[in-house]
Amino acid sequence: MAHLRLPISDYIREYGPHVSDSPVTGWGPKPEPDRLVETHCCFCGMQCGVKLQVKSGRVIGIEPWEEFPFNEGRLCPKGVKRYMQTHHPDRLTDPLIREGAGFRKAGWDEALDLVASKARAIQAKRGKDAFAMLSGVSLSNEKSYLVGKFARLALGTANLDYNGRFCMVSAGAGNKKAFGIDRVANPWDDIPEAGVVLLAGTNVSECFPTLTHYIWKARDRGAKLIVVDPRETPIARTADHHVALRPGTDSALNQALLHELVANGWFDREFVEQRCTGWAELRASVERCTPEWAGEICGVPAALIREVAAAWGQAKTSFLLHARGVEQHTKGVENVLGLINLVLATGRIGRRGCGYGTITGQGNGQGGREHGHKCDQLPGNRDIENPEHRKHICDVWRISDAELPRKGKTTVEIVEAIHAGGIHGLLNICFNPMVSHPDTGFTREALERLEFFCVIDFFMSETARYADVVLPGSLHEEEEGTSTTAEARVVRIRAAVEPPGNARRDTWILLELARRLGKEEHFRFSSSEDIFNELRRASAGGTADYAGITYERVEREMGVFWPCPSEGHPGTPRLFEDGRSYHPDGKFKLLPTPYRPSAEVPDAEFPLYMTSGRSVFHYLSGTQTRRIKFLVEKSPGPICEMHPALATRLGLVDRQLVTVETRRGAITVPLRIVETIRPDTVFLPYHWPEELAANQLTVRALDPVSKMPEFKVAACRVRAATRGEADRARSLFAELKLEAS
Amino acid sequence: MSAVVRDFFIDFQRCIGCQACAAACSECHTHRGLPMVHVDLVAPGVSLQTAPMVCMHCADPTCASVCPADAIKVDEHGIVHSSLKPRCISCGNCELACPFGVPIIKMEIQQMQKCDMCFDRTSAGKKPMCATVCPTGALFYGTREEIAQQRPASKPINRWRFGKQRIATRVHVMVPHDVDEMAVELPAFDEGGGPAALATALAAGARDGRAPEEAGPEAEFL
Repeated sequence: MAHLRLPISDYIREYGPHVSDSPVTGWGPKPEPDRLVETHCCFCGMQCGVKLQVKSGRVIGIEPWEEFPFNEGRLCPKGVKRYMQTHHPDRLTDPLIREGAGFRKAGWDEALDLVASKARAIQAKRGKDAFAMLSGVSLSNEKSYLVGKFARLALGTANLDYNGRFCMVSAGAGNKKAFGIDRVANPWDDIPEAGVVLLAGTNVSECFPTLTHYIWKARDRGAKLIVVDPRETPIARTADHHVALRPGTDSALNQALLHELVANGWFDREFVEQRCTGWAELRASVERCTPEWAGEICGVPAALIREVAAAWGQAKTSFLLHARGVEQHTKGVENVLGLINLVLATGRIGRRGCGYGTITGQGNGQGGREHGHKCDQLPGNRDIENPEHRKHICDVWRISDAELPRKGKTTVEIVEAIHAGGIHGLLNICFNPMVSHPDTGFTREALERLEFFCVIDFFMSETARYADVVLPGSLHEEEEGTSTTAEARVVRIRAAVEPPGNARRDTWILLELARRLGKEEHFRFSSSEDIFNELRRASAGGTADYAGITYERVEREMGVFWPCPSEGHPGTPRLFEDGRSYHPDGKFKLLPTPYRPSAEVPDAEFPLYMTSGRSVFHYLSGTQTRRIKFLVEKSPGPICEMHPALATRLGLVDRQLVTVETRRGAITVPLRIVETIRPDTVFLPYHWPEELAANQLTVRALDPVSKMPEFKVAACRVRAATRGEADRARSLFAELKLEAS
Repeated sequence: MSAVVRDFFIDFQRCIGCQACAAACSECHTHRGLPMVHVDLVAPGVSLQTAPMVCMHCADPTCASVCPADAIKVDEHGIVHSSLKPRCISCGNCELACPFGVPIIKMEIQQMQKCDMCFDRTSAGKKPMCATVCPTGALFYGTREEIAQQRPASKPINRWRFGKQRIATRVHVMVPHDVDEMAVELPAFDEGGGPAALATALAAGARDGRAPEEAGPEAEFL
């Protein structure tokens, strides 16, 4: 049983997070690097090109990579400082096995044999699916593909899912419904050509800072910028139109905008009637959705909705981008479809300057979701329940259909099944649910009920503390591979150094486990490129077709856009240029998205909206960024953002410690009073664990289609912290800034 | 060495406060992890507007004029350098006098250190680190032709007025086309002003009585 037996401060003292801010060579005169390794930043879907300076097998610094076409040297602070994680004192350097109250170091044979024997024992007793696997899309394409194959063939479980479930599944589901393909439709190079840029629920300047440059390039040419966000984010600050709507009301806004497009004739009749299906139904569905109706629901002036509709409707070219702000809802897929409807209604897609796309949040959020570590997918973005799709993969893997598991549970459902006693063993790589999963208290209870839990990670994440075995894996810069950026450009990740101590490459760990599970015959890979070449064959003929992409091409061309079905194919930066979707009939699907309320809305007891999101200084669950001093100093811990009008009403002052409560839990954090948020809404960033986890408060309610949790809306109340809560918060915040000795 | 003259431009409206400039600047081993560029929150509590400040490299630098030790020098490229270590007496005059708030005395090494526009990089034909990484173009290093072509809605100026003091800087700022000079009015001491009036003016300038502050640490309650 994986109850924590030590106080959390003991784990922090032993394994961190500690903050460190000194290059491995110190701050003295810098040695001349032996070589510069051209690779990519490991944080966020932009995958900015960067050069790592390497000296005697160690990463000693960075140099901007100005020749890489997307970012031309531009970086955010995470990208500049990421190299400080490579030789961080917190790196795990030996396998660890739970013993007594803590862990003891072990050899690889003992640790791997233990994992294999426990998995076998649980599966023998309770069935194959009683052992689940969770993964993450900060992994390369090769590792994502390998995890999918490993879980299905080596573990033989249907229950494999990934943290993309918290990232872009709503967008993926919406894109597949409307377009028959799950990919951004245009390269970022099309943004500067757009006459209007609409950003819906995407804090571009904090989550994808380097994309900001492209938006400014459009604005320099006269483009109007529309931002839809409950907060005046740094990108919203300068927008031409900022719709600061109530959290969870996007679908009402989208309907009213469509209503205005119809009412004013700002739609492309030929496109909607000839290239799409469902125009009549869609048009009828918004007939009564006036700006007044939506304004009431969204809490914004009807006149503003009209202005936005006019700006969007009358443009000649446009680019619509969205991200987690509209996607992390129980109606995430509907929000996405509502936005796609605005694009399709105007027919502005498939050509230069006319674009659409979700901005994938995780490093390899795009590639990772295409090659099979999602519970319902096989490589090439194939459907695990489709007989033809199954056959193709069975042929590549040389197995029978009976050997390939069917659709399994999604991430939250896996955690719920663990909690309910249906899943007893778990292997977890590249995922930190103790920070990122909704309803932290429930997640903890689930982890505590596991019969056996193994975590592969390079740092002792907050989740790994609950493990029976921790296997020290590799960082982005320690293994060869590829990654697919948010614009669907496959880029090359290069190994700059070896993993430290007895840590091993993730691929080696998975291959060794497969061997010990008796499945070596399916896992004979000699290199990452070898895995990639099998991925190419597995993806061939699927929508995410990588067949024509080789390492050599990726390096020479500085990235290749999929689909790329053959080596002579140039790749596909822009989709739909022939006016056809990827559905069999070639039509784009217009689907009505009537407004409905969020799972939980404010009431007398919990009268405020709570919404959550990111800070520019941290990446996802913070396992990496909470260890780098520069980033920690700028953003040491969570804060609660609140409008001064609300603060006055509640009698709260700036920087005071406040307690935010929902039906799931409470969190005590400093208050930041700022006019850039709606007075009925408070904001909390989610990068911190345990008692400082914003996800203690979030709702474990899922989108019925994508199974995305509703991170963006909860009902809450806020009050001054009690003395006890404040004392506790101070000691927790002090631990966040512990320096490595 | 190329003969093309490249200049430094600040476009405040584009700043998103991400501090990539400061992160990159701090990577320079000559100042050992300490950034020389500052990102200030302009109106805390009101707006997220931030302002990146590099050294403006004045043609006639106030910091050098007030230096009693003659420790601050301008080179032939117009770059104002950190104080000369053997001469610097760490008196702080430069810190107090600079109208842009740029120089900082590092007491532990008894020297004023400031932005030198990455002389090590620019002299080798590279861009300064901060302008290389800036994800939005708030900091830009290039020719006047490039900036004019890329940003037709604004123009660069380098003339400032602080009260009666007029300053020309090597670094330009991007402003609307109808602005020719950045003017900051100061109360005149010889016109019945005096310290009390100055304090009032400063308080009025910074809303809620709070002066602009370095953007960053949230948890100052601790």
